[in-house]
Amino acid sequence: MTDWTTLRPVLWEATVETLYMVAVSTVFTLLVGLPLGVLLYATARGRLLAAPALHRVLGAVVNVGRSLPFIILLVAVVPVTRAIVGTTIGATAAVVPLTIGAIPFFARLVEAGLREVDRGKVDAALAVGSTDWQVLSRVLVPEALPALVAGLTVTVVALISYSAMAGAVGGGGLGDLAIRYGYQRFQTDVTVVTVVLLVAIVQVLQFAGDALARRLSHR
Amino acid sequence: MIEVRELSKVYRRAGREIRALDGVDLTVRQGEVFGVVGQSGAGKSTLVRCVNLLERPTGGTVRLDGQVVTDLPPAELRRQRRRVGMVFQQFNLFDSRTVAGNVGYPLEIAGVGRRERARRVGDLLELVGLDERARAFPAELSGGQKQRVGIARALAADPAVLLSDEATSALDPETTTSILRLLRDLNQRLGLTILLITHEMGVVKEICDSVALLRAGRVVESGPIGELVARPDSVLARDLLPAPPGRPAREDRLVVDVTVTPAAADGPVLATLVRRFDVDVEVVGGSLETVGGQRVGRLQLELPGAGGHAEALAYLERAGLRPVVVTS
Ligand SMILES: Nc1ncnc2c1ncn2[C@@H]1O[C@H](COP(=O)(O)OP(=O)(O)OP(=O)(O)O)[C@@H](O)[C@H]1O
Ligand SMILES: [Mg+2]
Repeated sequence: MTDWTTLRPVLWEATVETLYMVAVSTVFTLLVGLPLGVLLYATARGRLLAAPALHRVLGAVVNVGRSLPFIILLVAVVPVTRAIVGTTIGATAAVVPLTIGAIPFFARLVEAGLREVDRGKVDAALAVGSTDWQVLSRVLVPEALPALVAGLTVTVVALISYSAMAGAVGGGGLGDLAIRYGYQRFQTDVTVVTVVLLVAIVQVLQFAGDALARRLSHR
Repeated sequence: MIEVRELSKVYRRAGREIRALDGVDLTVRQGEVFGVVGQSGAGKSTLVRCVNLLERPTGGTVRLDGQVVTDLPPAELRRQRRRVGMVFQQFNLFDSRTVAGNVGYPLEIAGVGRRERARRVGDLLELVGLDERARAFPAELSGGQKQRVGIARALAADPAVLLSDEATSALDPETTTSILRLLRDLNQRLGLTILLITHEMGVVKEICDSVALLRAGRVVESGPIGELVARPDSVLARDLLPAPPGRPAREDRLVVDVTVTPAAADGPVLATLVRRFDVDVEVVGGSLETVGGQRVGRLQLELPGAGGHAEALAYLERAGLRPVVVTS
């Protein structure tokens, strides 16, 4: 039978690992995905920095990233992970494929969010002499902020489910735990507990993200 | 103040060419309110977008204060844009900013310090009558209030010219009147030159000094309103001052339309007509309007007999009443 007293610290550790993987990959996803999404938006035809050729290249790269099944990406980036982190095992190593997987996903959401901002607002900003950078940083991004927060929430939730997958191939965390105990040792109750924990984390994050997006929206 | 010469703009969309402006000439004098009217698709919005440099014309020039502003390098372009304020039909306020944040935006990007900015924003909001709502967000305002914020924001960079593209078209008649009054007031108090696009003749009558009619990318008629209404062949005059409904024409009567403007001769013209030429003049229709701040009217007169009266008509002409014989 399952010995919960010895399992509790293991569960706790796995939860912390999952949160750590997700938090670190979220930070990097934000750092790269936000500028990439802005660039995708701004280089499109008829937009601020219209550069159709660059836009097509960026779009193609992002599409490849998004259409690659995560499990394949996981394996494909192993050399990159080793080069950056020095190992391919553990939560820190899992951050690399997670981030690479989430960046194109988030970038598309950023692009979509920016496209929702009325062109008239861009005109209004340009008409008073804004530079392109000022239009982007002081008008477009603030106006799209609720949509960007909603997009980030969706991305974080996706990262949680990816992290379970990454865990299964040696990344640690709740996914790893579920496989090791639930699948390999037939302790179904451990699987159930990890799933409940994952669902709870997702619920809390989604709720927080929605609340923040609502607070930021003045429409 | 604004001189538009030979301005043309061609849009290319999906291999098709759309000639939105086709050699537009226009002169807006310092301190006047200049209206541009025309049907949907005539090129009105394209014209203002070329004047405020949001659009690069395909050909021709725009001068502001004598300086050619088309084809400027980016930094200079931005500097010039600040000299031209723009008010939009859909207001285009920034939803994420408060009223004060919207009005302060042009000052912010110009690097005006926080305290100076707060002072200027306060003044501007007072100017448009919204000082109470500085901390509100646009979503909490009525359409008229939003447009007041739009006007205050357009004025923040202290422009010499204000452009308005259908600024009142999304508003109800009462609010329209109050916004037009505000524009008129700004024009008079600040000496602001205003170029105003509209499809409503009522707007032109209310505040414009001059007006141009745009059709298929060309100016087909333009001039000071006072002069236009006095021109019997003017298309705009007919819209500004419609001919009064008369009676069905009769074989044995001569029907004459006359236009009464302040430029016409003083004195009892009609009475003199009756006495000097011994004709029984009958007024069968008429209307009086305030156009461009002047009372002008159009009367329909009937004279006995089917023809003749050459001398009487010549007298009316001399008196500045611009008689036009109505043929049925
Ligand atoms: N960005 C654009 N791309 C292609 N065609 C355009 C563009 N903007 C305007 N046009 C075309 O140019 C012509 C003039 O348009 P414009 O918007 O200036 O008309 P308008 O007089 O302002 O009309 P409305 O009263 O409906 O606002 C129209 O045929 C329109 O379809
Ligand atoms: Mg228009």
